[in-house]
Amino acid sequence: MFKFSNLSYSKQRLAIIVAFSFIPLALLVTFAYLPVINMFKYSFSDWNGYSKRLEYVGFENYIKIFTDPEYFSVFKVSLYYFVATFVQMGLALYFATILSFQTWFKNVFKGILFFPSLMNGVAIGFIFLFFFKPDGTLDTLLQALGLGSYIKLWLGNPEIINISLAGTSIWRYMGFNFIVFLGAISSISSDLYEASDMDGANRWHQFRYIILPSIKRILQLNLILAISGAISAFDIPYIMTGGSNGSKTFVIQTIDVAFKYSKVGLASAMAVILLLIVIVVTLLQRLLIRGEED
Amino acid sequence: MYMLKRTLASSIKYAALLLGAFVALLPIVVILFASLKTKAEYAATSPLTPPVNWLNWANYAKAFVNGNMLTGFVNTAFILLISIIGATLTGSMIAYILNRFKFKGKSLMLGAFLLATLIPGVTTQVSTFQIINKLELFNTPWAAILLYLGTDIIAVYIFLQFLDSIAVALDESAMLDGASYLTIYWRIILPLLKPAIVTVIIIKGVNIYNDFYTPFLYMPKTSLQVISTALFKFKGPYGSQWEVISAGIIIAIIPTLIAFLSLQKYIYNGFAQGSVK
Repeated sequence: MFKFSNLSYSKQRLAIIVAFSFIPLALLVTFAYLPVINMFKYSFSDWNGYSKRLEYVGFENYIKIFTDPEYFSVFKVSLYYFVATFVQMGLALYFATILSFQTWFKNVFKGILFFPSLMNGVAIGFIFLFFFKPDGTLDTLLQALGLGSYIKLWLGNPEIINISLAGTSIWRYMGFNFIVFLGAISSISSDLYEASDMDGANRWHQFRYIILPSIKRILQLNLILAISGAISAFDIPYIMTGGSNGSKTFVIQTIDVAFKYSKVGLASAMAVILLLIVIVVTLLQRLLIRGEED
Repeated sequence: MYMLKRTLASSIKYAALLLGAFVALLPIVVILFASLKTKAEYAATSPLTPPVNWLNWANYAKAFVNGNMLTGFVNTAFILLISIIGATLTGSMIAYILNRFKFKGKSLMLGAFLLATLIPGVTTQVSTFQIINKLELFNTPWAAILLYLGTDIIAVYIFLQFLDSIAVALDESAMLDGASYLTIYWRIILPLLKPAIVTVIIIKGVNIYNDFYTPFLYMPKTSLQVISTALFKFKGPYGSQWEVISAGIIIAIIPTLIAFLSLQKYIYNGFAQGSVK
């Protein structure tokens, strides 16, 4: 009878390398590389997704995206999410810092602040539809605080809709940044704090001269990832508004163009642009971090 | 003076924490309130008013039955289970050979996995969709399962990182006892990877449970809906019945809450580890 363990180690090695890499590699090629290659191909065509023939149109799709305001304006929406990331990061850093020191009910606060980032995106979308709807949570709260005059159509007014949605995004993702920062801060040796205590440093000094430099790398990483995060915002605006009232993001636009209007060629060109932005940003980040280490 | 400053600083700290907790909880708590109110009660009271009867489960029954949430849970559980087992096996297998063997094409393979981390999933949906379509997997649970497996490069990374800390001497001593590579992987490596596996299960589990666009795009059939898509369907028919939608929301959150409370420690570690690639 054949037994694997009877083979020589060199034969086993070959067999196991082939067997163990086959499925992961096949998946990698099929679902990571093939789509990218096809996407580039489609982006130069006017394909609708189902016809048999592919008609190549050169750079026409790309020109359209950069010249037609309908397609280009979605980048403006990304700015709201980008700015929101800074607020999110600031809050996360603040909470992570104060919860790194002795605090009553530390774990309770930690859990409450972190929990939203584990929640289902659709559930969050609905929760905030309820929060922002007329006479919803926010309006009632403002009313109760005597700030009734500030009530607005949070999701109906194109001027503020993206602020409301970006606020939801902060609520959702702050906890994730917070827990990452908390992990980074907790790896700082406590000797450093003790030594600085003896030198008469206060909390601000400790934050400025011990915590901040120690987590600089992870802070940079998160900030740069924020750019691609802002451009690829999708769940929250799609679930809450479907992209109406001027809340359409780049990804909603892409999905709509591809699946609602069957313009796969044009949508692919948009996706290529998105991909290029993300790659440039990521490379930039890797370069910056490498520069830091040298 | 010093005491006063300390007290002031600590009051600001607790005020900030309480405000943070309030902002994090309020949107969820009002949904819980709404889910326990009757239709008339919901219409007559403000969102901030607690329900009269804390044990009014009528909305929950309605949401669970009419919203087909059981189907959602069954489908989610099936997809979750297969994807997690698959990601653990394929991820640890490729990490094992990449970490333990030297062979031609190894750095190319490693590079291919690394490069793939640069490609965000949402950008390639348009053409991934065509591949799933050609494989005739559209509207089958395998579309989601394959996509969750195929795009899972984070798992490979976590395993690779962890394998570095498992001594090669262990493999060698097993080889002296005549163990095959397969035995070494199955009996030594895999059990030692347990902490990494827990991390992968948590990150993967949270992502799959919360994912919306994969099932939404690839499995629109009602019988295949998962929790996310089942909940999303409440948007149409229950548009104004917020007491029923609220019950649906709470039903979708409960498993996350239970998992969080029982696995807290691992979840914190998992997320901190998963983010440091």
